Amino acid sequence: MAVDTETVKRVARLSRIAVTDEEAARMEGELNAILGFVAQLDEVDVEGVEPMTSAAPTTMKKRQDVVTEGDQAEAITANAPLSDDGFFLVPKVVE
Amino acid sequence: MTIIDARQFDQKRTVPGVTGDWEIIVGMEVHAQVLSRAKLFSGASTEFGKAPNANVALVDAAMPGMLPVINEECVRQAVRTGLGLRAKINNRSVFDRKNYFYPDLPQGYQISQFKDPIVGEGTVVISVGPDRKGEFEEIEIGIERLHLEQDAGKSIHDRHPSMSCVDLNRTGVALMEIVSKPDIRSADEAKAYLTKLRMILRYLGTCNGNMDEGSMRADVNVSVRRPGEGFGTRCEIKNVNSIRFVGQAIEHEARRQIAILEEGGTIDQETRLFDPGKGETRAMRSKEEAHDYRYFPDPDLLPLEFDDAFVEGLAAELTELPDTKRARFVTELGLSVYDASILVSEKAIADFFEQVAEGRDGKLAANWVINDLLGALNKDGRGIDETPVSARQLGTILDLIGKGTISGKIAKDLFAIVWEEGGDPAEIVESRGMKQVTDTGAIETAVDEVIAANPDKVEQAKAKPSLAGWFVGQVMKATGGKANPKAVNAIVKEKLGVE
Repeated sequence: MAVDTETVKRVARLSRIAVTDEEAARMEGELNAILGFVAQLDEVDVEGVEPMTSAAPTTMKKRQDVVTEGDQAEAITANAPLSDDGFFLVPKVVE
Repeated sequence: MTIIDARQFDQKRTVPGVTGDWEIIVGMEVHAQVLSRAKLFSGASTEFGKAPNANVALVDAAMPGMLPVINEECVRQAVRTGLGLRAKINNRSVFDRKNYFYPDLPQGYQISQFKDPIVGEGTVVISVGPDRKGEFEEIEIGIERLHLEQDAGKSIHDRHPSMSCVDLNRTGVALMEIVSKPDIRSADEAKAYLTKLRMILRYLGTCNGNMDEGSMRADVNVSVRRPGEGFGTRCEIKNVNSIRFVGQAIEHEARRQIAILEEGGTIDQETRLFDPGKGETRAMRSKEEAHDYRYFPDPDLLPLEFDDAFVEGLAAELTELPDTKRARFVTELGLSVYDASILVSEKAIADFFEQVAEGRDGKLAANWVINDLLGALNKDGRGIDETPVSARQLGTILDLIGKGTISGKIAKDLFAIVWEEGGDPAEIVESRGMKQVTDTGAIETAVDEVIAANPDKVEQAKAKPSLAGWFVGQVMKATGGKANPKAVNAIVKEKLGVE
C-alpha cells in the first residue's frame, strides 16, 4: 500500500491541516516509508486468528449510571484560546 | 451488502407520474437519546437545559489522557430496546471511531459502532389506515440494526457577531441509532413507523421520544423506481425533527426525483435538508467529504461483552409491549381492535384504563375512557398526565351506574362536575340529590302528569305506539333525568295501553 500526493492532501483536508505542495510531496515520501515499514506485517499469516483487542485477558470496565462530574465550565474552557460566559468561542462555522 | 426487497408489490401503493406509475422506497435511521442519568462514557449529567458546559466531564472535552468508561445502564437500555424490537441481541459488540472534523466534536471522532453493533435484525409492526373500507393494514418493517454512539455538542451561531459559541453539554450523551430496512413504501407508512417506534421506546422507558427537544430525530432515505425495477439512487434527508415533517419531506423529495427522472435526468446521491417553512428539501451547500469517516476500532475500549443471563434478566423484567397489551385487551376484555389501539397508544392511557377496568366491565370502562375522558382532554388540549378526573374517581362513577344509583345520563353530568370541581363522586350524588328514582310511585305520578297534560298525544300514541318514546322523554325531562329509564318506559306503555 502506498499513498500519492492527492491522498496526502485529502487526508490533510479531512483533518483541517493546511499543507503546501512542497510539504505534501515531502509527507508523501515520509508516509510511504512508514507504510512500507508496517507492511512487513503482511508477511505473517493471520488466517483464522481473532484480532487482539488487549494485551491482558480482561473484560471491559463499566461505570454505574451516576453523575460524578460537572459544574466546572471554567476549568473545561480554561485552555481555550477564547471563551465567553462558559462557551468555547470558535471562528464562525455557520453554513 | 445486498439489500433485499422484503415487500410485495402492490399497485395501490404507487404514485402516478406524467409518464406512468412510480413506487417510493424509504428507509430510516432514527437517533434516539438514551434515558440515563449520566453520559455514555462519562459521569457528566444528561440533564436538559443546563448552563453552557455545566454538564461536561474532562473526557467529554477530550482532555489529553482521559479515557472513556462505559455506563452500564446505557448498555441495558440498548438491550431492552433491542428486545422491544424483537431483535437479535449481540453478546459481543465493538466500538469504533467515526472520524470527522467539527468544532462541537472535541475528540475529532465520534465513538460509534460500525461493523459489530449491539443489536442486529428485528421487526416493527405498523398499522396503516383506515382505507376506503375502514380497514387497517398491518405491515412488518424490518430493523437492520441498532447501535450505541455518542451525541455531538451544540454550536450557537447567533449569540456573537463574529464567533460561534460551542456548548458541550450534549457531547457524549448516549444515542441509539436505529436503522430500518428499506421496507417503507409511502409517507404514511413512514409516519406510522416513526409513531410506532416512538411508542415502543416510551413503553420501554429507554427514550422519552420528545422530538421537539431533539431526543429523537430521523434521517430519511428516499428513492423512487418503476414497479418491478431494482432500487433507485437514494437521497438522504438529514435530521428531520417531527413526524409530520417526515411525511412532508418524503412527499416532496419523491416528487422532485420523479420529475427529474421523467425528464430523462439522473438522481445524484446526496445529503439534503428539509425546510419546514417552504415544505421542500434542498441539497446541503457544501459537498463535504462527510462520507469518508475512516472508521477503525477504538483502541481505548475493549469489546462490549455480556452473557445470555444478562439479556434474560432484562427480558424477564421487560414491560408489556403495546402489541401484546392490545391483543390482551381484545381477547380478555372483549374490546374492539380499534378501541384497544386507542387505549394502548400511550402507556399512561393504558395504565389509567386498566385501573378503571380493574374488577369492572371492560367495555364500559373503555367507552368512558375513550369517549368521555380522552374526549374532554383533547378538547382542552391536555395530556392524560394532566387529567382532573382520576382513575379512582372514574371507577366510582362506573360503580354508581352499575349499582343503578345513577342513570347513564346523570353519570355524564356527574363526570362534568368531578372534572370541574373534583371530589368524591359518591358524595356528590348524595349531596346534590342526583340519585336515580326507582320508586315506581314517584315515576307513576310523573307519567300521569304528562298524560293528563297531553290528551291529543295520547290519542295519537294509541294509533302509533312508537310515540310512547315521546312520553318517556317528557317524563325523563320532568324528573331531571333521575328516573330509571327502563321503569319509565314500562309504566308509560302500561298506562297508554300500547305494546
